[in-house]
Amino acid sequence: MTAALDAKVVAARAAGALSRATGRGGTSLPGKVLLRLEPHAIGRLGARLGRGSAVISATNGKTTTAAMAAGILERAGARLVHNRAGANMAGGIAATLLGAAGRRGTIAGDTGLFEVDEFWLGQVVADLRPRALLLANLSRDQLDRYGELDTIAERWAEVAESALDTRLVLNADDPTVADLGRHRDDALYFGVEDDGVALAEMQHAADAKHCRRCGAPYRYDAVYLGHLGHYHCDACGATRPAPAVAAERVVLDGVRGARFTLRTPAGTAEIALPLPGLYNVYNALGAAALALALGAGLDEVQAGLQAVSPAFGRAETLHIGGRDLSIMLIKNPAGANEVLRTLALEEGEHDVFAVLNDNVADGRDVSWVWDADFELLAGRVRRATCSGTRAAEMALRLKYAGVPAQRLVVEPSVGEGLDHALDAGQGPLFALPTYTAMLALRDVLVARGVAGSSFA
Amino acid sequence: MGDPTLRVCALYPDLLNIYADRGNLLLLERRCAWRGIGFEVTSASLGDGLDPGAHDLFYIGGGQDRDQRLCAQDMVDTKRDALHAAADRGAVVLAVCGGYQLLGHAYELEDERIPGVGLVDLHTVREAGPRLIGNVAIELELPGIDGPRVLAGFENHAGRTHLGAGERPLGRVLRGHGNTGASAFEGVRRGNVIGTYLHGPLLPKNAWFADWLIATATGAAEALEPLDDRLEDAAHAGARRAAGV
Repeated sequence: MTAALDAKVVAARAAGALSRATGRGGTSLPGKVLLRLEPHAIGRLGARLGRGSAVISATNGKTTTAAMAAGILERAGARLVHNRAGANMAGGIAATLLGAAGRRGTIAGDTGLFEVDEFWLGQVVADLRPRALLLANLSRDQLDRYGELDTIAERWAEVAESALDTRLVLNADDPTVADLGRHRDDALYFGVEDDGVALAEMQHAADAKHCRRCGAPYRYDAVYLGHLGHYHCDACGATRPAPAVAAERVVLDGVRGARFTLRTPAGTAEIALPLPGLYNVYNALGAAALALALGAGLDEVQAGLQAVSPAFGRAETLHIGGRDLSIMLIKNPAGANEVLRTLALEEGEHDVFAVLNDNVADGRDVSWVWDADFELLAGRVRRATCSGTRAAEMALRLKYAGVPAQRLVVEPSVGEGLDHALDAGQGPLFALPTYTAMLALRDVLVARGVAGSSFA
Repeated sequence: MGDPTLRVCALYPDLLNIYADRGNLLLLERRCAWRGIGFEVTSASLGDGLDPGAHDLFYIGGGQDRDQRLCAQDMVDTKRDALHAAADRGAVVLAVCGGYQLLGHAYELEDERIPGVGLVDLHTVREAGPRLIGNVAIELELPGIDGPRVLAGFENHAGRTHLGAGERPLGRVLRGHGNTGASAFEGVRRGNVIGTYLHGPLLPKNAWFADWLIATATGAAEALEPLDDRLEDAAHAGARRAAGV
């Protein structure tokens, strides 16, 4: 059996090498080949990991949360097999395991750490049977690709109900996610406990406004972001579970970072997080809870979180043309709103470089930019250069958000748009690219020798 | 008569908003404001009654299946008569995607029938087969507008909508799927009652159509004052390009 699997591993690697040599196929191609040869390759290679695996899924924050968890777990002595580059469908996970697999049933690592696409979660969890599963948030995203939120929520509920050997780590503040632990008494919940960072009202794009159990509208005592907050249902009594891992006394420090007190069953720790925004506080909470569930200590949690560096395009800052360029991926309303809210914490007017693509990986449907609250930024834009395949629509969104048209420039080419944005303004430049736009921007920056550490 | 005002009633904006329907309302609001036309928007959600004479334009967006089901029954129970009265006196009704499906007699699922308000003679069926998803462009003619024009947007629907013999589609499909994926037609228009699968949202990609709705709903005797629409035109061109037209 093992020898047969080893042979398939070798064959899949050869296919990957061939595709690289001919310039075709992505990083997950050898994984796809392997899954064709051995449909249970993820489970079989994953079983070689002596300390098991952890899986992370969410609409927003998967890559960053996994990077945080990796930092913590490595400090706790784990040797990770981790899909760090973010290839998070079955092929990508198989490719990651393939890359670590050795001969005669060995693997270079003892712990699997995988971020998994929302849609592929059921298949991967069924095969991998992870020790712990972190489900962090669920909101509308690329409806043309993923379908309705309720559909994903139902698939996740099946995962939660069937993966009985897996410890669930759930966001108490997201009612859809929290409800997944309804029938499990071992779920570990995390959440924010600080009314000082609550919003005045529910944002427009909020999802899951109605009780998962009875359909009545939730009542919110505090809204933190999107539909995340402290909620209860008057009709059936469903309520937010009390989180065992919580962020208290949260201080948001613009685009630079955030500080909070982390309360856990293992004690409390002060965290100075080098990533900005409440959304990254949530990412940190999820990573902390997951790592604690896997046996990491609080000191390792604290050190790991404080040393995290941004993944490419997730609040990473580069230096180019005498200016600081901060790149913040936007890809759906909930995620974009948090980026916009974080930008709005910065003083003064901003130069913005917004790049809207409509490739398959971005979602062909660009409707979502009208769901995101660009109004948060409208009075604060000195100049916005809009690029990408749907550059004009991006500019139009900003115009209707209230940015005067004379402050808007449309330049579809990412390279020329970047030049324009750099030449015309002053101070920091904030780039807001969609996913494939971020990759295009990375290519431009690499070609100019402005390589960030995370994609060297 | 005083200054004109566009009085909009948004139906279930808390539930039927999945494809950024607020972008449609935002276009109407800003394009009225830039011309000095008043703009009022009222929300009518579950359990709320409707005053058929109090609004010039009724907007119904799309929602998830569960929310659409909730709204469908409520609309039949509490809003159907008022919507018929409003349509009879010439108010504009714009229904997009899920809202479009609710304009007809019913939306038939495998084991369920979601009722509609019957403003137009159509029914929608969820048939076996893939969702109809993608960029779409249609050609249409409208009263008061010279020559055929193009609407571009994005469609994403599982239901196939069949028009009754006496109904006319909103337009002819240039690219995309339209009502059934096979009929070559898209949407429905009976007078000022309009249903369409085009979201994206619809009006930001087709500002000219927003203006037609404003003019029709307010009964403007003269042409609306032109605006600087360079970005609107570019976004429309981008949506058409995406559809391949």
